[in-house]
Amino acid sequence: MRSTSPKTAGGTEADGREAVVTPPSGPSGGRVDGPPENVARRSRLREPRWAALGFIAPLLAYLAIFYAYPLYRNVDLSLHDYTPRAFVMGNPEFLGLANYVDVVTSDAFGLALRNTALFTFVSIAAQYAVGLALAVFFHNNFRLSGLLRGMFLIPWLLPWIVSASTWSWMMNSENGIVNSVLESFGIGQINWLTSPDWALTSVIIANIWLGIPFNLVILYAGLQNIPKDLYEAAALDGASVWQQFWRVTFPLLRPVSAVTLLLGLIYTLKVVDVIWIMTTGGPGNSSTTLAIWSYREAFGTGQPEFSPAATVGNLLIVIALVFGFVHLYLQRRQERT
Amino acid sequence: MTARMWWKTALGILFTALMLFPVYWMFNVSLTKTSDMRADPPHWFPWDPTFVGFSDVFAQQLPALVTSLVIGLGCVALTLAISAPAGFSIAKLRPRGAGPLNFTLLVAQMIPSVVMAMGFYAIYVRLGWLNTVWGLIIADSTIAVPFGVLLFTAFMSGIPQELMHAAKIDGAGAWRTFRSVVLPVSRNAMLTVSLFAFLWAWSDFIFASTLNRNGDQIPITLSIYSYIGNNTTQWNSIMATAVVASIPAAVLLVVAQRYVAGGVTAGAIKD
Repeated sequence: MRSTSPKTAGGTEADGREAVVTPPSGPSGGRVDGPPENVARRSRLREPRWAALGFIAPLLAYLAIFYAYPLYRNVDLSLHDYTPRAFVMGNPEFLGLANYVDVVTSDAFGLALRNTALFTFVSIAAQYAVGLALAVFFHNNFRLSGLLRGMFLIPWLLPWIVSASTWSWMMNSENGIVNSVLESFGIGQINWLTSPDWALTSVIIANIWLGIPFNLVILYAGLQNIPKDLYEAAALDGASVWQQFWRVTFPLLRPVSAVTLLLGLIYTLKVVDVIWIMTTGGPGNSSTTLAIWSYREAFGTGQPEFSPAATVGNLLIVIALVFGFVHLYLQRRQERT
Repeated sequence: MTARMWWKTALGILFTALMLFPVYWMFNVSLTKTSDMRADPPHWFPWDPTFVGFSDVFAQQLPALVTSLVIGLGCVALTLAISAPAGFSIAKLRPRGAGPLNFTLLVAQMIPSVVMAMGFYAIYVRLGWLNTVWGLIIADSTIAVPFGVLLFTAFMSGIPQELMHAAKIDGAGAWRTFRSVVLPVSRNAMLTVSLFAFLWAWSDFIFASTLNRNGDQIPITLSIYSYIGNNTTQWNSIMATAVVASIPAAVLLVVAQRYVAGGVTAGAIKD
């Protein structure tokens, strides 16, 4: 379909009016060159400014009220000592960065950071590897490949609470299907969700399953952009299928791979639903990530602790933004080449 | 050659079956009798199905399903109302500061929902908007609006300039051009944005569990969650609810797979 690259167009847009002279390389319909373009440009200059502003005003108001203000409130929460009472009364004590010092020096922080890193990196590495293998497999265009590829999307579209509950029951220690199958291979009972040694592994497995469709779809689309004649040339030169993958597919897929991995990273950092429903971050803190920690402090117990929760949340934003900027940088660079 | 292709189809079916096993298991458990639930080994096929779970769903979960539907549709309406005009403005009217705005939208998509939920909670407490359907519609729309604006901008940039020019010659103003020329042409983009806005709102758990914890009208995700908390034994009813909650996703996938795939790749792939 035509609308597959908002960020591409966004990038060109960022260069301001130059975009008129060098139109976005994306889907350009029946763009006209030469004189008609000049006429269009002149008439656009006469377009009243208020029209442009009028159409965008709702968005600006929306962003200010429903993005900027909640974020500001969040920073405000993290700099004060908001007890539940102060939360309602609105008279908290100002603490400066004390909450941040508390969070970073607490015992839970190291573990949460380690769990977040493991959860994120293992998840996206496995999702990417499986997604890429499946994309290459489905690229063969065999009978039914389109239908089967469509069915692969199902896990991605299900509400996460549905998938997470299903996995919880499958991983139930006594009655779960997973242990039942393992038992028939002679492997004893594993307490997937209730053992501190396995809880993180369990949520990672479920999360990998959830992310495979996303990786498959993007990488498959990337594969379709690789010219067919490259493979024909490689085959003529006597390259095996294996060599074709490592010498042609993989290098040419590198930009798409980078974007896929970074988007996966940003999404995975935020994950709350899956872990919360399967283990609530436990037992103990064994599957607590930064996102879960923040959620639990604010909403997970009877005693909401908004200030530490907001502090952890803000640290998470900083981490997400660092990777986000890497993503934007790579995308800009990709556009220039 | 054809033999080889058949072999690949067989392998493809095997992979798909493995991948979809949890979905099958959800169905299977939803039809299993409570007395067979703890059978060892578990029953692999629902030979002796019960529909107790599904009758429980229709007895207890209909209000939650309706609430989710209202929230989903409300979220679609709000998202379209804000993002389509904004996309038109950025793509065709070139307002000042479009570059920084695009950048802001990209960054907005990276903010974790749990952080947004806390900010919204702090605001809604004061306004008395907790446990309301519209409060949840607004919160859910924050997931979809940045995506919608970026997608509309990209799509509308591709609308030929001569089409805009023809509208102008016919004496159409900006609003008329938007309504009668740009919107009809952007049907595909509207479908994709609507689809994702609906699915995201329907699937949302974080906002529902924070902003609508004690409401009378809770969405289906929260209903499943509290159901699990209260009935740890009736997994057939839990899974039946899960099956029903998955219906919109299944329907949309069958009806609009093209748009789903298009939306997933949006932003990640350069044409």
